[in-house]
Amino acid sequence: MDADSLLLSLELASGSGQGLSPDRRASLLTSLTLVKRDYRYDRVLFWGRIFGLVADYYIAQGLSEDQLAPRKTLYSLNCVEWSLLPPATEEMAAQTAVVKGRFLGDPSHEYEHTELQTVNDGDKVFEEEVVVQIKEETRLVSIIDQIDKEVAVVPRGVLFKTPFGPVHVNRTFEGLSLSEAKKLSSYFHFREPVELKNKTLLEKADLDPSLDFLDSLEHDIPKVEPCTGAWGGCRPSRALAPQPRPASSPGSWSVQMERGNALVVLRSLLWPGLTFYHAPRTKNCGYVYMGTGEKNIDLPFML
Amino acid sequence: MENSTSLKQDKGNQQTGEEGRPWEEMTVASSQDPEPTSSKTSESESALESGPQSRSSPPWSRPSRGSTPPDEGTGPGASPRPPLPQEPSSTPPPPALARQVLEAPWQSDRTASVIPEAETPHSDHLEQPPDKGESSPYQTCQSKRNGFQQPQQTNGRLYGPKDVSCNHAEQKKLRFDLLQETDSNSQDDPGDAEPGAWKAAPSLTETAIQSAKAYLLQSSSKSGLNLYDHLSNMLSKILDERPKNAVDIIENISQDVKMAHFSKKLDTLQNENEMLPTYDIAEKQKALFLQGNLERADQELEDEIAENSLPNVMESAFYFDQAGVGLGTDETYRICLALKQLTDTHPIQRCRFWGKIFGLEMNYIVAEVEFREGEDEEEMEEEDVIEQRDNGDSEGEGDEDELPRSSYKAPQAIPKEECRTGANKYVYFVCNEPGRPWVKLPPVTPAQIVIARKIKKFFTGHLDHPIVSYPLFPGNESNYLRAQIARISAGTHVSPLGFYQFGEEEGKEEEEVEGRREYFEENPDFEGIQVIDMVESLSNWVHHVQRILPQGRCNWFNPVQKIEEEEEEDDEEKEEENEEPDYIEEVGPPLLTPISEDLDIQNIPPWTTRLSSNVIPQYAIAVLRSNLWPGAYAFCNGKKFENLYIGWGHKYSPDSYTPPVPPPVCQEYPSGPEITEMDDPSVEEEQAFRAAQEAAVLLDEEDEDTEQDEDEEEDYD
Repeated sequence: MDADSLLLSLELASGSGQGLSPDRRASLLTSLTLVKRDYRYDRVLFWGRIFGLVADYYIAQGLSEDQLAPRKTLYSLNCVEWSLLPPATEEMAAQTAVVKGRFLGDPSHEYEHTELQTVNDGDKVFEEEVVVQIKEETRLVSIIDQIDKEVAVVPRGVLFKTPFGPVHVNRTFEGLSLSEAKKLSSYFHFREPVELKNKTLLEKADLDPSLDFLDSLEHDIPKVEPCTGAWGGCRPSRALAPQPRPASSPGSWSVQMERGNALVVLRSLLWPGLTFYHAPRTKNCGYVYMGTGEKNIDLPFML
Repeated sequence: MENSTSLKQDKGNQQTGEEGRPWEEMTVASSQDPEPTSSKTSESESALESGPQSRSSPPWSRPSRGSTPPDEGTGPGASPRPPLPQEPSSTPPPPALARQVLEAPWQSDRTASVIPEAETPHSDHLEQPPDKGESSPYQTCQSKRNGFQQPQQTNGRLYGPKDVSCNHAEQKKLRFDLLQETDSNSQDDPGDAEPGAWKAAPSLTETAIQSAKAYLLQSSSKSGLNLYDHLSNMLSKILDERPKNAVDIIENISQDVKMAHFSKKLDTLQNENEMLPTYDIAEKQKALFLQGNLERADQELEDEIAENSLPNVMESAFYFDQAGVGLGTDETYRICLALKQLTDTHPIQRCRFWGKIFGLEMNYIVAEVEFREGEDEEEMEEEDVIEQRDNGDSEGEGDEDELPRSSYKAPQAIPKEECRTGANKYVYFVCNEPGRPWVKLPPVTPAQIVIARKIKKFFTGHLDHPIVSYPLFPGNESNYLRAQIARISAGTHVSPLGFYQFGEEEGKEEEEVEGRREYFEENPDFEGIQVIDMVESLSNWVHHVQRILPQGRCNWFNPVQKIEEEEEEDDEEKEEENEEPDYIEEVGPPLLTPISEDLDIQNIPPWTTRLSSNVIPQYAIAVLRSNLWPGAYAFCNGKKFENLYIGWGHKYSPDSYTPPVPPPVCQEYPSGPEITEMDDPSVEEEQAFRAAQEAAVLLDEEDEDTEQDEDEEEDYD
């Protein structure tokens, strides 16, 4: 969510139950303004909050003119003093993938992980238990990067690609229409497109290159699949029941209309705690993560 | 009735005749007086003659005026009629009389009362407009009859002295009749060509009518309308609405009628309004806001406030907001209103906003409710019936020739806890959105809790959605939701130490003997705990909801005991039962146990405490966050406390979920010496065995004759 419209954004995202206490809100409004000035960001996003056992991490991101350029991530424990995090690398992701459990709230805390490594000692090759120390800060960087890559969302039309390449905020964006807002295809991953290159020319034919330059959410795994025959077949009594049944099996997103269609809320099932909100026909949209920083790997069992 | 129609006809003709002349019928009519007297008699006779004729015509020929008298069907002998045949034949009556005679049946047809002439047009007008709708069949017949009667009708013959007294209202009516008449002509023009020609012969006025009408019917090339339709539309509009100053606003009416052509017809396709659900929920929520507006006496209001069971949701929401938890002021307020609606419509002793559980399509808002004494008995009975039915099903019949049946006997289902105890202590209501109806969740059974621990499924928001899982969950989403609510309540509902104390209720001694007291009450002497202490020490928080045992109940139920009672007759089976491993009695921690004794989740502490603000610690509150059930919070500001759950309804586990493996495949038969493969005995061996057997039998018979019965029994075995 934009730091400038923090209060409104928090109000819109409040349906998820997690907000900010009044003193946090006030201090964020103050300190993020200063962050914007000091780091000379074009736009500052309040990214969210990761619950630790001892303390919580508050995360903000700074964007440059080009919205898709690598983002700078900052964290704070008290919402006043912000520290810059290093950019995430592949190596970090691999390293921190072994860490399980909750964040602690102490960036200098070191998780210990024992792993077997093959050691070449002259002629012999044997396996040795090595204790790897992983700093929580590294894990934090990696988790934020993963969440950004997997579930950061923007509605279609908020960003547009200029002919020269950079992506800018679309000032003429007036919100999605109600029918569009209910479809996952109207939302894009807020990251460098990955799947777009794999699309065939036929699939790309309908895309508007200045708007549809990102990956759409509808291709996320597990996919949203219409369930017709299989479900009705195994539950004939259900099929006869007049109640409106969900027309499709849910994918990794829960799309809900709240406040009587005045607000559309997307909740990620893969990263519980990520809430995207958008008030149709207004510019108000954004996402915020308030969770434990753990991926829901049980998702296939839970649908 | 026929009289009336013919009469109208006459008037119509009269009117058309006048169309050529100026509207000065009064004088003209009076001058014509002598003529009609004679014609009138003949006409009245002819009317009588034609009466039976047209009566034989199909029934639809009778216009369906509201007050068609029954005597119409009985025949010409109706009460107003009899004077009719006599009077014209005997003496030529004064025209007024004849007129009145003619008038009489007509009036009786309509209003069944002889009214002064001036008023009849009104009654007529009242009835005319509905006639117009069905005019076509009626008028065809009318015009045909017109043809019959035409020769006898002479122009303007009907104007007796009576008509001199006609007022303007009468005139209007006449005009209207003219319209109707000509209208019918327009419809019948092709069919009635001959009568038309016939008609044209007697008078020039007919042709004048035709040409006038043809002129009026000319449709404008601009708008496609014609004056004739427009005028009739206008008149019917005026007569429908009856404005007081019709003449003053006639221009406006004309304009309105023209404008009506451009208004949308309702039967044309329209776009469905896209925002419909928005209005729908707004409408429902409006009802929430209006429910408090009932005007009551102050006394009643005071009583109501005194015995109010509505929780102060807004105050709790304020404290939770300090903790950075909550649904936002707006939604909380709506929930508060919805709870008010719930407490107003149900006999509720105590109510609490339990929390919110997210679903894939809709969310659940959960209210925790305690009914007043004696209000929830019916359901208990209902469920007893169900249980009995289940027992009946499990008992089979003992026919020997049936197919082999499974000897597997399902273990005795552990009975669910009674209402107001254990996991069913409270009743829960859920709704998807404030303003939508509250739905009561069914009580939870131990089996549901046991299975709910083994599965992890998302809620959908539809209570009747099936839970597709392994192990099979006994029930649908409402049961799963209820089971999760019970588990979350048991795990996360905490209160400051000392807020509750054990009640000293009499008659509950048995429970106290067992060391498990489950009745507690608010401690009136509770003085509050320092917020700092609440934050620093978990031992200042205690559970006030019983833990649910692995069995799925809060109070342990001994299944063995039950079985013994049932099968006391059968001693052998009892022994077998005893061979099975004894159930170990499960004992949970007593109520009001400090949460500092809760188990860690693989080195993760189960609770996190915080001070709501580090900047102003003087006025901060203590916030407790459950790590076991992410989304469960509690706050305490020293004296007040509240618990809230907002989340997906799943327990935290650092390990990934693994569905339980299916049980090992059952053995088909026990392996023993009877089915083990071995060599056949040789002849010698067989003989030796037989000899040994015979010897043994002989010995037995000699020794113990009395025990033969037992031997037989052994043989059976």
